[in-house]
Amino acid sequence: MTELAIETRGLTKRFGRQAAVDGIDLAVPRGAVYGFLGPNGSGKTTTIRVMLGLAAATSGEVSILGEEMPRHLRDVLPRVGALVEGPAFYPYLSGAANLHRLDTADRHAPSSTRSTRVARALERVGLSHAAGKRVRAYSLGMKQRLGIANALLSPRELLVLDEPTNGLDPQGTREVRALVRSLAAEGTTVFVSSHLLAEVEQMCTHAGVMSAGSLVAQGGLDDLRRVGRAYVRLRTPDADAARAVLASLRLDLDDAVGAQAEPAEHRQSTAQGADAGEEVVSAVLPLGSPAPEAIVAALVRAEVRVRGFAVEGASLEERFVALTGEGFDIAQ
Amino acid sequence: MPSETGATSGDAAVSAARLARPSAGWALLTSELSVLFRRRRTIAMLLALAAIPVLIAVAVKLSSSPPGPGEGPPFLDRITQNGLFVGVTALVVSIPLFLPLTIGVAAGDTIAGEAGLGTLRYLLLAPAGRVRLLLVKYAGAAAFCLAATSSVVVAGAAIGVALFPVGPVPLLSGDTITVGESVVRSLLVAGYVTISMLGLSAVGLFISTLTEVPVGAMAATIVLSVVSQVLDSLNQLAWLHPWLFSHYWLDFTDLLREPILWTSFADNALLQAGYIAFFGALAYGRFVTKDVLS
Repeated sequence: MTELAIETRGLTKRFGRQAAVDGIDLAVPRGAVYGFLGPNGSGKTTTIRVMLGLAAATSGEVSILGEEMPRHLRDVLPRVGALVEGPAFYPYLSGAANLHRLDTADRHAPSSTRSTRVARALERVGLSHAAGKRVRAYSLGMKQRLGIANALLSPRELLVLDEPTNGLDPQGTREVRALVRSLAAEGTTVFVSSHLLAEVEQMCTHAGVMSAGSLVAQGGLDDLRRVGRAYVRLRTPDADAARAVLASLRLDLDDAVGAQAEPAEHRQSTAQGADAGEEVVSAVLPLGSPAPEAIVAALVRAEVRVRGFAVEGASLEERFVALTGEGFDIAQ
Repeated sequence: MPSETGATSGDAAVSAARLARPSAGWALLTSELSVLFRRRRTIAMLLALAAIPVLIAVAVKLSSSPPGPGEGPPFLDRITQNGLFVGVTALVVSIPLFLPLTIGVAAGDTIAGEAGLGTLRYLLLAPAGRVRLLLVKYAGAAAFCLAATSSVVVAGAAIGVALFPVGPVPLLSGDTITVGESVVRSLLVAGYVTISMLGLSAVGLFISTLTEVPVGAMAATIVLSVVSQVLDSLNQLAWLHPWLFSHYWLDFTDLLREPILWTSFADNALLQAGYIAFFGALAYGRFVTKDVLS
C-alpha cells in the first residue's frame, strides 16, 4: 500500500452559502510531485489553507503525513514547508532577517543552526547577494524566491508550493523546476499548485484537476493522459468514402474536434491550394476499435487514397480544457 | 509517527528527530521584541514621547516669568524649583492622549499588522501556535507600554537635571524626600503608568484580531481610549467610572505622598488585570478559531 502524504476525504469549505471547496478527496502519494491544477478561483488556495490548518474545514477530514489535521498541527507543520498564496514578508526587514524571524516561530527549529540554515536556504534560491537588502527593495520574483527559501529553512518531508513560479522570469521558472526535481530526488513530497498546465506537465508525476471547487480528475500523469481520447487523423481527397469506411469500423466521426486540433502545416498547405480537394478526416478512436494498421488496410481496400494517417493521443491540455472549460470567466 | 516517517528519506529522518525535542520557544519573543523596537515607527514614537518633557522643560526655562502656583498642568509650577518634576509633569500631559495614541498604534498593530502583511499565515504555518503567538504579541505590546512610559520619565529626568536645580523633593503631602528616594518614586510612577496602559493594550489586541487592516485596529483602540476618558468625566455616569480602564490613569500622584497611598495602585492593578483577563479571553476566543485568509 502506498502511504499518502496528503489525504482528504470529502473536504468541504463554505463561505456563507457558497462552497469554495466542495467535497474533494485528494490522495497524494509519498514521494510524488503532485500538480494541483485548476483555473483561477477554482478553490486551490482555499484547499491548501484548510489542509494546513489556516482555515477550518466546514466538513470532511484531512490527514497530512499520516496525521490527522488540524488536531496534530503542532507535530505536522514543522515537517511541512509551505508557500501559500504568494510570499509575504516584513518590508522593513532584510531578506535574511525575515527568514530569521519566521524561523523563530518554529519551536522545532534549533536556534544554534539558524544562521547557517538561513544562509543555505538563501543560497539555494540564488538570493545570497540580496540577503542584506530590505525586502521593500525586492522585485516580485525575488520575493517569490525568498518565499521558497522560507519553505526550505528546515529539512521537510512535504513541500506545499502555491503557484511557485508566479512573477518569475523564464530563467527563474526553470530554476524552480530544477529545485522541485532535486527536492523530489531527495525524497521530499512536493505538492505544487498551478494554473499553468505546461508547468505541471514538466515537473509533476501526479496531478489533480480542480474545477469550481471540485476535484474533477486525479492520478498519475500518464494515467491522466491515457484517459484522454485518441484520434485518428487522415488526409485524403476521398473524404466521403473514408468517412463511410471509418463509420463502418465504429469510429466516431468528429469533425469539430479534428478541425480544432488540425496541425498548422497542413492547414497551410490546403490554403495554398497545392492539394486541392484534399481533406482532413478525423475521428475518435474508441476503446476496442481495430488497430491503426487494420484501419489503413480497410481504407485502402475501399480505394481511399490515403495521403496521411496518424493516431494522436489527446494532449493533457485538451483534457484540462475539457475538464475545466475554456475561457477567462472566473468560476462562480 | 516519527518511526514511520524515518524510512522515507534522510531528510525525513532528520526532521523526525528534530520533532522529539522542541525548544521552549523564547526565540519568538526575542524576535518579536527586536522586530518591534528596531522598527523605525516604534523608535519614532518613543522619540516623540521623549520630546514632550524636553519641550515642557525648554518652554519653562525660556519663558521670562516662571509659571505661578497652580498655573498650567499640575506640577508645572514646581519645575523651576526642582528639575525632578519635569518627568511627572510630562506624564500628566501625555497620559490623556499621546501615550494612548502610541499604545493604540502598538497594540492595534499586533495581529492585524501581521495579517495585513500576510506574514500571519507564515507565522502560523511555522507553526508558531495561535495561543503562543497571541501571548508573544501581547508581551510585545506590554513591553512597548513600559518603553513608552520610561521614555517620558527618563527623558524628563535627564532634561530636568540638565536645566534646573536638583535637590530634596517636596511631596504633595508636604513632606520632603531625598533625591535618591525621588528616583525610586519616579520608577514607581513609571510602573503605575505602565500598568495603567495594559488594559488598553488588551483591548487593542482584541480589536487587532478582528481585522486585517492595522490602521483600523489602531484607530479603534485610540478612539476607545478617548471615549473612556470622556465617559469618566461625565458625572451622570458616576456608577460606570470605576469600570473604565482610564479611571485611575491620573491617580499615580498618590505615589507622591508620604506615606504612599497604595489603594489607587491596587485598585488600578486589579482593574487592569480584569481588562487583560476579559479582552485576553475575547482575543483568544476570536483568534483561535479564526480563518486566516489574508
